[in-house]
Amino acid sequence: MDYLALYVTLKLALVTTVVLMVIAAPIAYALSYYRFAGKSFLEALIYLPMALPPTVIGFYLIIIMGPKGFIGKIWQMLTGGSLLFTFIGITMASIIYSIPFAVQPMKAAFSKIDRRLLESAYVLGLSRKATFFRVIIPNSVSGIAAAAILVFLHSIGAFGVLLMVGGSIPGETKVASIAIYEAVEMMNYQAAGMIALSFIPISYAFLLLINKLDERTRT
Amino acid sequence: MSIAVSLKKKLKYFDIDISFSCAKKNMVVMIGPSGGGKTTIIRMLAGLEKPQEGKVVSGDDVWFDSLRRINVPPQKRRLGYVFQDYNLFPHLNLYENATFAAVNKKEVDELFELFKIAHLKKRKPQMVSGGERQRCAICQALARHPRILLLDEPFSALDAITRRGLREELKNLKGKMSFPIIYVTHDIAEALYLADELLPVVEGKNDNQWLQRMMTREPSSEVALRAAREPRLTLVY
Repeated sequence: MDYLALYVTLKLALVTTVVLMVIAAPIAYALSYYRFAGKSFLEALIYLPMALPPTVIGFYLIIIMGPKGFIGKIWQMLTGGSLLFTFIGITMASIIYSIPFAVQPMKAAFSKIDRRLLESAYVLGLSRKATFFRVIIPNSVSGIAAAAILVFLHSIGAFGVLLMVGGSIPGETKVASIAIYEAVEMMNYQAAGMIALSFIPISYAFLLLINKLDERTRT
Repeated sequence: MSIAVSLKKKLKYFDIDISFSCAKKNMVVMIGPSGGGKTTIIRMLAGLEKPQEGKVVSGDDVWFDSLRRINVPPQKRRLGYVFQDYNLFPHLNLYENATFAAVNKKEVDELFELFKIAHLKKRKPQMVSGGERQRCAICQALARHPRILLLDEPFSALDAITRRGLREELKNLKGKMSFPIIYVTHDIAEALYLADELLPVVEGKNDNQWLQRMMTREPSSEVALRAAREPRLTLVY
């Protein structure tokens, strides 16, 4: 069994989840509490990766992250290396690919908080930032957990985007779904089956967890 | 410490244009039909809404002055603000709620004793009655050592008996406090029981005849007619 691919998958999903939670929180906050020009356009842009075929996202990421692309150039200047076919490269791709799944549940959780609760915090002397950490976050724990689980599961399943941006370098960019695909290509059904089977309990357990969280918020 | 207020703000159906003051240890009760701008006035005092024109001066501090472009944010006004419900944070227990912005945590214990909720310290707000929640909300506001206490229909969501009890406690408490209190209600009995000074507010303006019209039940104007359709205002119970 290709433990290395499984390890890369879990590492990628974990890093993606942690980074996305930090990035998505302020975005979700701005989308639920502020009104500004072009907000609906920005929101649609953030959700765009959900609506695009993964290969289309992958294609544009290759363009941007390639040696002639905007991000690729900056990366080259900073590190002297290429971003394509590296773990950092697929992590960036995975973050962009999963961003809607982080922002949407968080925004829903933030929007559910009564505005009067925030005003109460302001009157009690809390700044907006302190209110975010002491009132908003603790009152949207289940929404944030749901976002984290969705992102984690979604990154585990990523295939097309990662294959285009990262290729299949063992220990670096070869994730489990790519390993399954390659094993099947080589008619090695046993190897493919082993990795495939290991996904089922992981995904199932996380879905059960989401349901539990959902029940808890409804009561 | 006292507060002097004059405010103007255009609303959708009428304009708020009011001025009043409240000395320390005094309670001004703002009374009038619902939808008459009372809550908006309180929110402007708290800094949660911005008046178009006017001045709010608390003691020596200017909180708002449209001419000098001063608008102190709610965080810096140090006031106590209790509204109908939703004051308390659902993720904290009563004690954590009351100490949330407390100057001195020891005082919270005393306040809890005074308001008879010391045995509920560890309960979450949703696990206690509405009356107990409002007691805690008042403790939370007082623990901050406010320079003024704003109470916006704090007992309206409670049953008649609890409301009456809390009303009495508040009246007793008033003597011990050194700051002005502004109390909003649409209940005339409550207003007469608590007030040092009455401030009838109708459509955003001070209307001193409103109370008289209401009490004599003489629906002489459109506004009074509308107010008369409010849930029966009982003077005796």
